[in-house]
Amino acid sequence: MKLFNHLRTLNTHHRILRNRFHPLFNNTNFFSDASSPQQSTTPHVQQPSPPSSLNRNELAKFAAIAESWWDFDGPFKPLHVMNPTRLAFIRSALCRHFKKDPYSAKPLEGLKIADVGCGGGILSEPLARMGATVTGIDAVEKNINIARLHAESDPATSTIEFCCTTAEKLVEEGRRFDAVMALEVIEHVAEPAEFCKSLAALTIPDGATIISTINRSMRAYATAIVAAEYILRWLPMGTHEWSSFLTPEELVLILQRAGINVEEMAGFTYNPVTGRWSLSDDISVNFIAMGTKTNNTE
Amino acid sequence: MNKVMKKTVSNVCALKIPRKFFCSETVKVAGSTDFVPSNEHEKRPIISEVIPEYDIAIVGGGMVGMSLACFLASMPMTKQLSVAIIDSNPALGSGISIQREDPPDPRVSTVTPASISFLQDAGAWKYVEQNRHAYFKKMQVWDYTGFGYARYDAGDVNKDFLGCVAENKVLHSALLSCVKDSDFKTTFYPLRLTSMTLNTNSMSTVKESIPSKELPSAQGHTSKLQLSDGSSIYAKLVVGADGGKSRVRELAGFKTTGWNYSQNAIICTVEHTSANHCAWQRFLPSGPIALLPMGDNFSNIVWTMSPTESNDRKSITEEMFLKDVNSALDDGHGPHPMSSSLGTRDLFSWLKMDATLSANEFFEIPPKAIRMASKRMVFPLSLRHANSYASKRVVLIGDAAHTIHPLAGQGVNLGFGDAFSLSRVIAEGIALGSDIGEVNLLKKYETDRKPANVAMMALLDGFQKAYAVDFGPFNFLRAAAFNGANLISPLKRRIISYASGENKLPIFFGA
Ligand SMILES: Cc1cc2nc3c(=O)[nH]c(=O)nc-3n(C[C@H](O)[C@H](O)[C@H](O)COP(=O)(O)OP(=O)(O)OC[C@H]3O[C@@H](n4cnc5c(N)ncnc54)[C@H](O)[C@@H]3O)c2cc1C
Ligand SMILES: C[S@@+](CC[C@H](N)C(=O)[O-])C[C@H]1O[C@@H](n2cnc3c(N)ncnc32)[C@H](O)[C@@H]1O
Repeated sequence: MKLFNHLRTLNTHHRILRNRFHPLFNNTNFFSDASSPQQSTTPHVQQPSPPSSLNRNELAKFAAIAESWWDFDGPFKPLHVMNPTRLAFIRSALCRHFKKDPYSAKPLEGLKIADVGCGGGILSEPLARMGATVTGIDAVEKNINIARLHAESDPATSTIEFCCTTAEKLVEEGRRFDAVMALEVIEHVAEPAEFCKSLAALTIPDGATIISTINRSMRAYATAIVAAEYILRWLPMGTHEWSSFLTPEELVLILQRAGINVEEMAGFTYNPVTGRWSLSDDISVNFIAMGTKTNNTE
Repeated sequence: MNKVMKKTVSNVCALKIPRKFFCSETVKVAGSTDFVPSNEHEKRPIISEVIPEYDIAIVGGGMVGMSLACFLASMPMTKQLSVAIIDSNPALGSGISIQREDPPDPRVSTVTPASISFLQDAGAWKYVEQNRHAYFKKMQVWDYTGFGYARYDAGDVNKDFLGCVAENKVLHSALLSCVKDSDFKTTFYPLRLTSMTLNTNSMSTVKESIPSKELPSAQGHTSKLQLSDGSSIYAKLVVGADGGKSRVRELAGFKTTGWNYSQNAIICTVEHTSANHCAWQRFLPSGPIALLPMGDNFSNIVWTMSPTESNDRKSITEEMFLKDVNSALDDGHGPHPMSSSLGTRDLFSWLKMDATLSANEFFEIPPKAIRMASKRMVFPLSLRHANSYASKRVVLIGDAAHTIHPLAGQGVNLGFGDAFSLSRVIAEGIALGSDIGEVNLLKKYETDRKPANVAMMALLDGFQKAYAVDFGPFNFLRAAAFNGANLISPLKRRIISYASGENKLPIFFGA
């Protein structure tokens, strides 16, 4: 019961935040799928082509804190702290799938990877250092600028291609990748199922798709929202909206419908004492899934 | 101040960036208004010489710096790294090969089984075995009061040996050979580091025009090192392995905590009529004296005493010094411990069932030194510890991070432990695509090593203090503790394995 009250306060909070973020819309640039040059505030009209994955409230939140992407103690601290753990999963899953040498320093050499919703490039950079040819895309232009600037300073990452665009737009352009990543993005998009279809369309047959997100469980609510946003002040309040979270079952299902078979899944568990994350089979809070695209579906 | 800067910047952005556009083409335009275009720095005069860039610059190619190079050369993840080793020590460049017949060096290290296994895995230990070295199976510790003694045997812990003593030059040349015989890409610079600019890179001109507060980490991927001949190199990671007076530590601004003891150690090498196979240590009123086997008929002496005593003993004739040594290791300052004389054994006799073999061994008198085999060197005892080992693009290992007195012969083991840990952290970072100079990664090394090093230092400090003072009647308790330790075998096993570097909490006991 207490939780419900919490939830209600939280919702009010979100409304407040949304209003507070509203003025930002004027000077923040997002990639737009609309054909009209002037973005109107009218409710989103369904397009004939795949609907937009853009959720403007969510994007405004990210644009507001874009400067701090590479501040390890800033709002994106959880992503930085979690990075080695999720990269360990990605490395071993991709090495297994693409039969790459796990003892190589650059095991991903020869693989084209798309990092959808790359933000400041926290994931794109290590992938490039592991040898992959990386394309990082994000709907927030500020993020892309930060990502580009940061990656430029190291020859090992300066080859990353960063574009301010969306997954559906890349599909339209006919781009294809050996592996497609969308880490901590799906909970911020407008149409998760459609978004997964775009990810699938970007993946070559037999390629890999990797998604990580937060579970819609009570424990996730307590950990991610209450702890991360309110108590630890890791994330700016309002970064997550509980209702938009997917459970692992739901994710597996929508990926299946998009033509992706989930083959591996792992949970991330946080140890507050050591301050480190580790991979486990507990998927009740944060989880990561790797699927392969079945040949028949497009 | 920062706030002001931030504000100004956002105002500039607000002015410069058109308020409405929503497609990828315009994004690029916005990008170039926001930040200095990349072609601008191309117009600037570029320094004519090409400055070489390395993944890692190891400043100081002593035993610890060279061990890091060996560890990096031996792992698949790290062996493709490009490494620069900067040290003006001529032993590095010339590759002077040492001969077994050469006179022994007074500077030796007691290498623990844990360090030996690191060096074996890296392929360096076999070179040590080609030169003079001495494994020892036994250790005897006693004091001048005559009340007790303790003997340790490798067999008690199912080991073949307790440690191995090797001259520093033997260890150093083994590590050098190991690196040179591998296909590891190392470049030796026979120079000294003079200064260092952190967080810069060849493209820094672009970055400098961006207020650094806005983009805390976007300041480049290398440090610039200036060398004593005026040349420079870039490195993603600078490793300070440049010893107790570390220049890297100073330049990077790491603070240290430490103190000097009003005690000195005399170090020298002596010869016996036959080989010594045991490590001996006796506590005297002014400090401990250790006799360590070195191979052939040589032993090394590490003798701690007051500065005045040490100055006297350094200047007396060799004959007189040998006489002092032999007396200090025999019945000078007090009688031999006679286990039966006080009945301490009987006191613990109920424990005897559990007693190990060496507990039944009797006290022995160390072999006599018949000749001096090196000059006498005197060093003040001091303790120094860097408050932090890692910051962005810089990390400290070995004596640069912590200096302990030679009493324990543990100095280099702590350093090997550091180098080993750092090499694993770098390998893990490479496996996961991290920037190897990233402070978050380097802090893992610090977290791994600091507690072990601090524990060892605290222990040695306590140890030193305990023996620097003559406690009078309390010496009896100390002696009882020795005898107790000698008889209670499980406890003793623990003590040995701590001393041999296997456990997390290293307790030094003996030489
Ligand atoms: C006098 C003395 C006696 C000791 N006796 C013993 C003993 O008996 N047993 C024992 O276990 N331990 C002993 N120790 C400790 C042991 O020698 C050290 O712990 C060990 O040598 C540490 O190795 P290191 O590689 O960290 O430093 P060092 O061996 O000091 O090596 C540092 C290297 O860095 C180089 N260097 C320094 N400054 C620069 C610069 N600016 N640019 C480039 N290169 C630079 C030096 O030329 C040197 O080669 C003794 C130490 C000292 C000082
Ligand atoms: C929590 S961040 C994750 C960043 C990055 N993937 C990581 O894990 O380090 C979510 C990112 O997704 C971006 N994003 C949200 N919706 C998007 C969409 N529909 N298309 C592309 N990017 C989107 C946001 O701008 C933000 O940078």
